[in-house]
Amino acid sequence: MNKSTILEVKNLKVYYKTVAGDAKVVDGVSLKVNEGEIFGIAGESGCGKSTLVEGIYRIIKPPGYIAGGKVLFRNIDLLKLKEDEMREIRWKKIAYIPQGAMSSLNPVLKVEEQVIDAILDHTDMSREKALEIAKEVLTDLGLPEEVLNMYPHELSGGMKQRVIIATAYALRPELIIADEPVTALDVVSLREVLQTLAELRDKYKVTIILVAHDMAVHAEVDDRMAIMYAGKVVEIGDVNKIFEDPLHPYTRGLIESIPSIKKKKIIKGIPGIAPSPLNWPPGCRFHPRCPHANEKCRTEIPELKEIEPGRFVACHIYG
Amino acid sequence: MVDKPLLELKHVTKIFRSGGPYGGKEFRAVDDVTFSMPSKPSILALVGESGSGKTTIANMILGFLKPNEGEILFRGESVTDWLKNKPKEFRRKVQAIFQDPYEIYNPFYRANRVLKLTVKKFKLASSDEEAEKLIHEALRAIDLRPQDVLGRYPHQLSGGERQRLMLARILLLKPELIVADEPVSMLDVSIRAIFLNYLEEFKKQYGISCLYITHDLNTAYYIADKAVVLNLGKVVETGPMENIIHKPLHPYTQMLIDSIPLPDPKMRWKEKLKLKKLSLKEIRPEKGCPFVIRCPYAMKKCEETKPSLIDIGDGHLVAYHLYER
Repeated sequence: MNKSTILEVKNLKVYYKTVAGDAKVVDGVSLKVNEGEIFGIAGESGCGKSTLVEGIYRIIKPPGYIAGGKVLFRNIDLLKLKEDEMREIRWKKIAYIPQGAMSSLNPVLKVEEQVIDAILDHTDMSREKALEIAKEVLTDLGLPEEVLNMYPHELSGGMKQRVIIATAYALRPELIIADEPVTALDVVSLREVLQTLAELRDKYKVTIILVAHDMAVHAEVDDRMAIMYAGKVVEIGDVNKIFEDPLHPYTRGLIESIPSIKKKKIIKGIPGIAPSPLNWPPGCRFHPRCPHANEKCRTEIPELKEIEPGRFVACHIYG
Repeated sequence: MVDKPLLELKHVTKIFRSGGPYGGKEFRAVDDVTFSMPSKPSILALVGESGSGKTTIANMILGFLKPNEGEILFRGESVTDWLKNKPKEFRRKVQAIFQDPYEIYNPFYRANRVLKLTVKKFKLASSDEEAEKLIHEALRAIDLRPQDVLGRYPHQLSGGERQRLMLARILLLKPELIVADEPVSMLDVSIRAIFLNYLEEFKKQYGISCLYITHDLNTAYYIADKAVVLNLGKVVETGPMENIIHKPLHPYTQMLIDSIPLPDPKMRWKEKLKLKKLSLKEIRPEKGCPFVIRCPYAMKKCEETKPSLIDIGDGHLVAYHLYER
């Protein structure tokens, strides 16, 4: 059975102009997101995961620019749209929750004002109608209406983040892109927020792209996920399969690096440091840190290939 | 001679006031906290969510803040006395690692100078050659190549390298205690383990103890021998790490452990989190148990009297009314 694709990214490149040349932060990323799933994007700092979703949402600011590729949302190339056409897509069809959104709530305005502002900014409805919509979306996500009358500082971190998610879902978009929504939250709040995201998928059939550096977060809610390293996707697949049998040596290293209260074992981590986007290593970008690197890895860039149905990996080990 | 405990906190309370000297508001960041670290090398995890007072405790141990009540003893002498009588010795014996490896360095000093200053200040070497030798040894011990890092400025080092440079500094001093406040939370997973393994090695090889302050029970379980669990400034449970994780007694500890996301899709959370009340606001109860508002088992008594720590054997203590007899 083939699930329908809601978003397809084809060979997307996002570069930043610097005095030392282009920083190729996202360097040829291709992936497909299916309707109604939580699609995770994992990777460590500097791998380009945030820049990738900023590219998808078309909010790259100079000196950054999109150097090539396509972003097909329901077969419309977002990169070809005029700015006002893109505005019609933003928030109504695709909502985006940037990293640290919850700390950008205005401290002197009540939550109500801020949720309504977001709604009015993207529609022509009346204030009353917007308030009604705000109440509706909070109820749908299991949040009490009282939060509308509160100031951001009165809310716990988890509650703030859930208000942000509710705001993003206010106009019932089909796709929500959440960049590190649970970073800096305590575990209990983290769990509440992840449950809210899972509920959006399960109950309201919203598709979610979840960017997070923490692999455990992906293990908890994702359906499928991609792992990025040095501006490229190294592996894509079903989340169960990835954790059960990671294919790329980097994915394996990442999963084995996580200490867990369920298993006490010695963890080695991945030796070496992540490379700089100004100067990616030749060949496979992971080869300087890879235990299996051979001559081919040092010179030839591995393509992302489907080696079994639904499992993609970019590694020379797999032929 | 019986060795004095390395570190002892006795009924330590820290109150912050806001709104002027009279009639202002009181905020008990740390409330009647008692725990100790033994004289033999150990790693103690101080675990709690944000607002639990863990960083305030670290600041008091390091002498940056003074407790309002209670005392903190290092090797049997109060931190205040240490700092009054032999500050340099105290600073050498108790070292700190902070969360943010990006902010602690002077951006104009090369790595070389950071380490040289340490050697000079604590008179670790009698000559320049000896200083250089010490520095090179310390760097190699934590797998940094001296030629790679010494000439570089902080911004030219990665987060992991910066945090490891701190370890090299610590290795130069060979303190008795490291107070590490969330040392790995800003590091990438792939290098986190490497860092933690060094703390373990320091303990085994050089007998350096560590107070590992964190919100992350996964990493705490990985390296600590014992844990102290804080909730809103109070100790709710303390005991051997193994017991805390596998036989937690306090509902707060249980909730923390149940909420840890596990790196295994087969072990997802089965059901929704059960809390008595939606954690809408952050409320600190005036009296009684700090967890009373969120606790699913709260009784009348929990609202009124604060439970004291009860020893249930094995060095496992819990502040929970149900265990009072």
